[in-house]
Amino acid sequence: MQQLQQDIIVVGGGGAGLRAAIAAAETSPTLQVALLSKVYPMRSHTVAAEGGAAAVTLEQDSLAAHFQDTVSGSDWLAEQDVVEYFVKHAYQELVQLERWGCPWSRKADGSIQVRRFGGMKTERTWFAADKTGFHILHTLFQTSLKYPTITRFDEYFVIDLLVVEQQIAGVLAICFSTGELVQILGKAVILATGGAGRVFHYNTNGGIVTGDGMALAYRHGVALRDMEFVQYHPTGLPGSGILITEACRGEGGILLNKDGYRYLQDYGLGPETPAGQPKNKYMELGPRDKLSQAFWQQQQRGLTADYHGHAVVYLDLRHLGEAHLASRLPFICELAKSYVNIDPATAPIPIRPAVHYTMGGILTDINCQTSISGLFAVGECASVGLHGANRLGSNSLSELLVFGKVAGEQAAARVQKMSLAPVSAVAAQCQHQQTYISSLFADSCDDTVHAIRTELTLAMEQGCGIYRDNAGLQTCLSTLQALKIRYQQLKVTDNSKAYNSALLQHLELGFGLDVADTICRSALARTESRGAHQRLDEGMTQRNDSDFLKHSLAICQPDGTAAISWQSVTITSLPPAERHYGAKGSGSAGSSV
Amino acid sequence: MSKTINIARYNPQTDSRPQLQAFQVESDNSTSVLDALLQVQQQDPSLGFRWSCRMAICGSCGVMVNGIPKLGCKTFLRDYPDELTVSALAHFNVEKDLIVDMQPFLTHLAAVKPYLINDDQSSQPHRQTPAQLAKYQQFANCINCGLCYSACPQFGLNPEFLGPAAITLAQRYNLDSRDAGKTARMPELNSKNGVWGCTFVGFCSEVCPKKVDPAAAVNQGKVASAGDFIISMFKP
Repeated sequence: MQQLQQDIIVVGGGGAGLRAAIAAAETSPTLQVALLSKVYPMRSHTVAAEGGAAAVTLEQDSLAAHFQDTVSGSDWLAEQDVVEYFVKHAYQELVQLERWGCPWSRKADGSIQVRRFGGMKTERTWFAADKTGFHILHTLFQTSLKYPTITRFDEYFVIDLLVVEQQIAGVLAICFSTGELVQILGKAVILATGGAGRVFHYNTNGGIVTGDGMALAYRHGVALRDMEFVQYHPTGLPGSGILITEACRGEGGILLNKDGYRYLQDYGLGPETPAGQPKNKYMELGPRDKLSQAFWQQQQRGLTADYHGHAVVYLDLRHLGEAHLASRLPFICELAKSYVNIDPATAPIPIRPAVHYTMGGILTDINCQTSISGLFAVGECASVGLHGANRLGSNSLSELLVFGKVAGEQAAARVQKMSLAPVSAVAAQCQHQQTYISSLFADSCDDTVHAIRTELTLAMEQGCGIYRDNAGLQTCLSTLQALKIRYQQLKVTDNSKAYNSALLQHLELGFGLDVADTICRSALARTESRGAHQRLDEGMTQRNDSDFLKHSLAICQPDGTAAISWQSVTITSLPPAERHYGAKGSGSAGSSV
Repeated sequence: MSKTINIARYNPQTDSRPQLQAFQVESDNSTSVLDALLQVQQQDPSLGFRWSCRMAICGSCGVMVNGIPKLGCKTFLRDYPDELTVSALAHFNVEKDLIVDMQPFLTHLAAVKPYLINDDQSSQPHRQTPAQLAKYQQFANCINCGLCYSACPQFGLNPEFLGPAAITLAQRYNLDSRDAGKTARMPELNSKNGVWGCTFVGFCSEVCPKKVDPAAAVNQGKVASAGDFIISMFKP
């Protein structure tokens, strides 16, 4: 087994991982920073973010307003000290990206242009046309090439964290190109592995978004927090789930049911605003949880249309005009033409909600530190506490920058005073993993990764969807338990060394099964409705602050299943209030003070 | 309906060179080549190919379809007759099945110093008008899929040639109003493996799935490089 030594190991080469690596490299030019990714960094799913990144920018905006929007958007489950830190540092991070070359869209005078986004009181979303994540990722990747102390390990798949007496000691990874195991010792490890949207069947996520980092930490006893909160993005393409950005609505797009009616006015988001004159926090600019729930209600009432067997509503952009679409939403036009054969300038786009984002994740403090000393987590894989029960669109791109920097700096500060663990301390753990990997291979196997994964993702869709109830969750849980037993018998039948995707998919499925279990059990335990977690059971359909104004913590038991406990929420300045949008939201503390 | 997809298989442990293997896949109006490969992988989990976003932005799934470089996720079976052939991207070393060694591509990208170079230390954003942005915006849309390298006969002959995407990236920064790094990038572009390696076939721009037009970037690079040369003639 190859053995390497580094100071800081960053796992994941998306926005958060790259930002952390750069921050660490800038802190000290003597630190060796390893950047591991299971793909080339520019393939990471940050690339697919479209709409933009939020920061208080305009004169009439304020940090307090961004704070209030985020906290009420989270249905009061955000950590308010974290939100305060975030809104205060977001602007400078977006400027930093600008100074590294990000091609932000501009106003005629050359200053930064901002656009409207859902649940935000004021325009504060920076954007680079409708490919913001792509430009952020490539800017960070290209900038990272400036730092000779960052060593990339492209296409390395981490299979385990090395932990010695609750201190991080490194990682164990498979080099995809050779199939060899590589042990990398480090004084700090930053997990930046992204979300777990692929445990659901219909999602906006790339195939790589399989929850690996969450499961890695969870298996070592780190709690996964708020896992029941899974965001359905209201506008994905039917079937594929390909993301159609919220910026379409920020620019003035409207949502219609099968009768051409703007149904959002029936769900606390009205009154109807004129087409092409979007109003912040009204109608189509409500938050994602409310919009996806409204779709479900319409579907129950038979008011959705059918698109090749998928229930859909329509996103109408026609009134924006071809020129505006070409300048602000060129990628959306390209996607609609390629994947549903529709020109948004002449026809409405069929859309439906699709799983988009895991609000929960690896529990960290405000410094991105987990309960294992020296193990940090950041970005979608982490729960630093910014999003609570519902994330506002355009907060997560800013999050990766703000907290990516924090994680990189914190890790750098730690390694200055640490030494590497001795190889002997991790030898047994590495040996154990090597034996386990060898045991996975067999000449034949009746079951397949594909079969188990399909049943997993359909069960999650069925049981842990936009609305949940006890019976559905219990069914989902028993399916998961049965699948876990099948997984233990599953073998890898491709015994080739180089680029063995069958082995990687096998391991990803194992991670996904663990993460799915935490989602389902957390959802069962939260017997109230809040944000993206909506229960249909009697007595559970409302928010219940007296019992559930608290985070769920899923902790791995010896049998591999999650036990759920609870953690209080940090509230600094905005006490819980009712959450209102549309006309009802005007003037209330809950949404638009 | 069912279609036949012939895939160039290669396992470095057992094969001396790639060989075609035929598979049947179900295809409707929306089935992409990537969807077809995923179907094949269900039949044979040992099939190797890269993919992730399936929406033509991550740049992972470049392959040759009937000999033309394409993104698997943005190429549809409906546009082909009942049979098609998929092989690994040309001009790169095949590692396994449809997976190629992308390292030369990444080395070339890094060689052109693809980041803003300037010495101003302000903490405020630069001003950049929409017209200034438009000068380089198209070249900033490259997704690093590598199709243009498979289309480029020069890169096929000489792997040291910087190639379309790297030269485009250099131009992207050279044309950025915030950048002052052109002199640092020009030696690489002026070198024998720089812009003058290009014989202007233009196939790179034809195959680009994002309409980046690398051929235009290379040509602009030649103009800049010629300018450098003329200036150097008048210097003592």
